[in-house]
Amino acid sequence: MAISFDAALGIHDDALLHRARRAEVLANNIANADTPNFKARDLEFSQILNKASEMQVKQVATAPGHQTNLLEPDLAADMMFRIPNQASVDGNTVEVQQEMARYTENALDYQTSFQFLNKKITGLKSAIKGE
Amino acid sequence: MSLSNVFGIAGSAMNAQTIRLNTTASNMANADSVSSSLDETYRARKPVFAVQQADPLAQPDNEAGIAAGQGVQVLGIVESQAELRQEYNPAHPMADEEGFVYFPNVNVVEEMADMISASRSFQINTEIMNTAKQMLQQTIRLGQQ
Repeated sequence: MAISFDAALGIHDDALLHRARRAEVLANNIANADTPNFKARDLEFSQILNKASEMQVKQVATAPGHQTNLLEPDLAADMMFRIPNQASVDGNTVEVQQEMARYTENALDYQTSFQFLNKKITGLKSAIKGE
Repeated sequence: MSLSNVFGIAGSAMNAQTIRLNTTASNMANADSVSSSLDETYRARKPVFAVQQADPLAQPDNEAGIAAGQGVQVLGIVESQAELRQEYNPAHPMADEEGFVYFPNVNVVEEMADMISASRSFQINTEIMNTAKQMLQQTIRLGQQ
């Protein structure tokens, strides 16, 4: 009987990675709150979910030189630009309060994903120990 | 690991805001430094911010191959080209032959607003760093009771 850790952990490890990545993008938005012409960006979780389910189609190598793990051009849209509520004169689209709210929300989501993952691991551990 | 990048990003922003605070302090300190010629007069200094792009040679950590920006950088400091204030005051010890003294083009109100904005941005970035620290500390405890 083989235990697949990937199946056991479900989506939660990917979700945790996504939250960490999003924290970086949001931190970058806030860092550039005073940079002229900077456009705020974000990652959409639902989009990543959709992409993950669409990516079932694999490229096929019909000649020895072919690459099978090329980037899907549509994936480049993962990082999206934000539409500001109010445009500013210097072309910057960062709204610090909103970014801060999103960053905090993202940190909470990270904690939630972490709790789920932690519970899964604790469950696996007690199953292994047979307690 | 993207969470540790947050420290670099917030750190670069804190560095940039510190430079901005420094120029503001310099401008405020010299707001009344008069001189007797246009060329020698102090001009307000402003930092120029730009996005610090990720290293193109670095391995991107997502499938899409896009890395988030790596924070903010200060491209340089420029002098304001606004007009200097000229004042007719022959009794002034710094007055030129025609009796004019020249004042810097520092707008004190603008500098105050700049200072408040810079200190708020600094505060927000310390907050970002703190939250990232908590998230990382929590991750270390993964799998423990």
